[in-house]
Amino acid sequence: MSELSINPGIEIRDSERELQRYRSRLTLLGIFVMLLFGILFLRFFYLQVVQHGHYSTIAEANRISVLPIAPHRGIIVDRNGVELAHNYSAYTLEITPSKVADLNATIDELATIIDITARDRRRFRKLLEESKRFESLPIRTRLSDEEISRFAAHHYRFPGVEAKARLFRQYPQGEIFSHVVGHIGRINQREVEVLEKESRLSNYRGSDYIGKTGLEQSYEKYLHGTTGVEEVEVDSGGRAMRVLSRTPPVSGNNLVLNLDARLQEIAYNAFGNRRGALVAIDPTPGGVLAFVSKPGFDPNLFVDGIDPVSWKELNGSIDKPLLNRAAAGTYPPGSTFKPFMALAALFYSKRSPQQVISDPGFFMFGGHRFRDGRPVPLGAVDMHRSIVVSSDVYYYTLANELGIDPIARFMEKFGFGSRTGIDITGESAGVLPSTDWKMRRFKQKWYAGETISVGIGQGYNSYTPLQLASATATLANNGVMFRPHIVNYVEDIRTREKTPIEPKPLRNLELNPEHLRVVRDAMVGVNKDGTGARAFAGAPYVAAGKTGTAQVIAIKQGEKYIESRVAERHRDHAWFIAFAPADQPRIALAVIAENSGFGARAAAPIARQVFDYFLLGKVPQKAAETDD
Amino acid sequence: MHPALRRAGFYLTRHIDGVLLLAVLLLMATGLVVMWSASNGSFARTSGQMANMLVALSVMWVFANVSPQVLQRMALPLFVIGVGLLLCVALFGEVINGARRWLDIGITRIQPSELMRIAAPMVLAWYFNRHEGSLRLRHYGVAALMLAIPAAFILRQPDLGTALLIIASGGYLIFLAGLPWRVIIALGTLAAASAPFLWSAMHDYQRQRVLTLLDPSADPLGSGYHTIQSTIAVGSGGILGKGWMNGTQTHLDFIPERTTDFIFAVYSEEFGLLGNLVLLAMLLFVIARAMVIAANAPSLFTRLLAGSIAMTFCTYAFVNMGMVSGILPVVGVPLPLISYGGTSLVSLCIGFGILMSINTHKKLVQT
Repeated sequence: MSELSINPGIEIRDSERELQRYRSRLTLLGIFVMLLFGILFLRFFYLQVVQHGHYSTIAEANRISVLPIAPHRGIIVDRNGVELAHNYSAYTLEITPSKVADLNATIDELATIIDITARDRRRFRKLLEESKRFESLPIRTRLSDEEISRFAAHHYRFPGVEAKARLFRQYPQGEIFSHVVGHIGRINQREVEVLEKESRLSNYRGSDYIGKTGLEQSYEKYLHGTTGVEEVEVDSGGRAMRVLSRTPPVSGNNLVLNLDARLQEIAYNAFGNRRGALVAIDPTPGGVLAFVSKPGFDPNLFVDGIDPVSWKELNGSIDKPLLNRAAAGTYPPGSTFKPFMALAALFYSKRSPQQVISDPGFFMFGGHRFRDGRPVPLGAVDMHRSIVVSSDVYYYTLANELGIDPIARFMEKFGFGSRTGIDITGESAGVLPSTDWKMRRFKQKWYAGETISVGIGQGYNSYTPLQLASATATLANNGVMFRPHIVNYVEDIRTREKTPIEPKPLRNLELNPEHLRVVRDAMVGVNKDGTGARAFAGAPYVAAGKTGTAQVIAIKQGEKYIESRVAERHRDHAWFIAFAPADQPRIALAVIAENSGFGARAAAPIARQVFDYFLLGKVPQKAAETDD
Repeated sequence: MHPALRRAGFYLTRHIDGVLLLAVLLLMATGLVVMWSASNGSFARTSGQMANMLVALSVMWVFANVSPQVLQRMALPLFVIGVGLLLCVALFGEVINGARRWLDIGITRIQPSELMRIAAPMVLAWYFNRHEGSLRLRHYGVAALMLAIPAAFILRQPDLGTALLIIASGGYLIFLAGLPWRVIIALGTLAAASAPFLWSAMHDYQRQRVLTLLDPSADPLGSGYHTIQSTIAVGSGGILGKGWMNGTQTHLDFIPERTTDFIFAVYSEEFGLLGNLVLLAMLLFVIARAMVIAANAPSLFTRLLAGSIAMTFCTYAFVNMGMVSGILPVVGVPLPLISYGGTSLVSLCIGFGILMSINTHKKLVQT
């Protein structure tokens, strides 16, 4: 304002000059606008007049179509080259619903020349609900040559129905590998969204299938391969006339596993008709040698969409065949926890190996009587004997002396209560109880009485067979821990280049070799003259082991557990952990047989068969007998 | 006419610019016609867009009735709120399609970057107005910095399209404010020299889009697909077009995003070069009217703001049609007033409301 009053003339001239400059710049922008619109007009003129002929042929006759060519999915083999998942070429009969007027009539008519079962129809109906109308869906798979020629003769009667040569995925080993190899299935909407987010969708334009579970899922990126592209000229009927250009697909990579198919089969059969799980690990590189969850299921059922009846049967079964017990099932470890407790005692210098504890058959704490199930009290027990004969009282008192948090801190290093990071998904973390955990989980403080049963692997303790196997392998390997991994290496089928999967140690627990020796000797004693002696009688190698029995239901104070009186599903789970040979371990395992009673009787013989085959190449004469 | 009615009519229309309103309504009507075809005759989609338009027109009326002086006072607070919201998006925004753009405010989700399309030019115009008559080089520097803050946030979301448009709207404004030519030439040279660095800062999918533009056949199944199909649609339209509802590319499902970013492909296929000329003329008319308003605006604030709004509208239209016809990369910019989408309609109509306010309040002040 003051400026204006002092020198009004200059101010007005200035602002007029500014307005002038503004208007000239606005004019420049106006010219710029005309330029931009001129460019657009020229582009439109070029496309719509000059190139119109070219584009209208493409569009109107829909002449050029870009066809994706799906790559071959990589195969999965065991360490000896036995195929666990492979592809084979066969014909399918496919219907494009949008091109068919009356679906039911068409299928009925097809059924007069080709065998179409009620299951095929159910599966087709389910696919129909999940898909878009213009997708072509299989009504029958794996047609015989005879069926193909019959259909070819009648093809003219069925517009919208095509016989297509396709690659099929097959799992020749069936249920034995169902939880570890997993299976593929048709891509669903949720998977499309994930692929889109990861910018991988364009690579799936030619693919109908994607890995759903197991290795098929976790190694999807390696197995799938790269989709090829074919630009073809088609006539108005959609038939390809001429290939204009072609980029071939790149096949997916093969997976070579650490698993031994024969070992896995022996372990699976050793369970007889019991339910359970077994994980065997090579301690040094952490390769998984066997990974059994029984019962399994036939993964081949899932490949083209499972029909509702079979699904209901599997999903509703009381045996839970779809549950991966080895990685997702959690159980109290029972007495198999004792060797680790003994190591904790030595680590914290709470007990020396020679220190003797008196075992009167029970331990009194806060007016509660913690029992040891056996009829005759053990009397004097040192550390070695406590493991060999599996004294409960020794570990009741030990747990009480150590306290829950030091126990949790020690066990955490062995991987108890956290996922091992194995290369398949769906792993459970289990529960490693501590004061923190209880506060987080129940918003309650920890009671000292709850520590007692943790010492013998009961109480809140709950781990997966995989965790226990990994902990046993770590123990066998003198405290050096490897992440368990099922895949040994990924192989590029063109270059034969092998990419190994993480053989590096995860961590070193820095355990005292003297402590390890005490516990290992005791575990050797278990199989020599302890609870595992019967199962390992006459073995030409030295195996270290520990039996365990995990309670399924709580037994009341003063009441005795009598197996025959307890319903089969409520019977104790039988555990066994072991490694062999004891001085140079080549295999470590954890096995659980559900509702089978004592670990010595039900679980240890399974471990024996696995060791006999792996170390001696001995194949069991007949399938294991069962107690039930 | 009853005097009460006449008075109501006066209050309803006294800040409305009839010429601009007519042009906007014509474009919206065209949009609805194309929407019906693009959505395969979907009543829900078309009526939804109509509802969006009614909301947008109401917002336009409200802004037309706000005097430029009030807008000038609102500029800085609005900008600060906008930057605050962008910060919130960066911290707690929802991720949709891999980009963090949306903010859930309980009742609805908003996209704060849309607010910035208006707030950024407003604050720059306010700033230049404050220093009117004493503009030094450093003032242009400060203005560029104020523009860079929201642009950086939006670029990080990542939303290259919106970021570039905001930079463009601010850039026009700085140019109109009289940025010296020597600086413009120096900056141009610098930009050309730094292109390689910009390239390395881009996201993979953004680079993909640029590469695809240069050679769409390189990725015919992925990002090149959009460009190939929309170019075929435009080209096959010819001079007269295939006729409304008769576009084969459209109705055989070849054009992706055909009610939103790629709606121009539908229009172009069905109405041909002639239709395109009509559309270009309508858009040009809106821009011309906006520029006339800018040229006659009473203050530096209103002049700069109106000029920037006019040019931003032009840029939207150019970028969208350029992208559909295959001369610009696919950056996700809607065709103004035609593409489906409430947020874009509202932010455009706020711009038109401001233009109307600038044009009508000036007269009231003078009389």
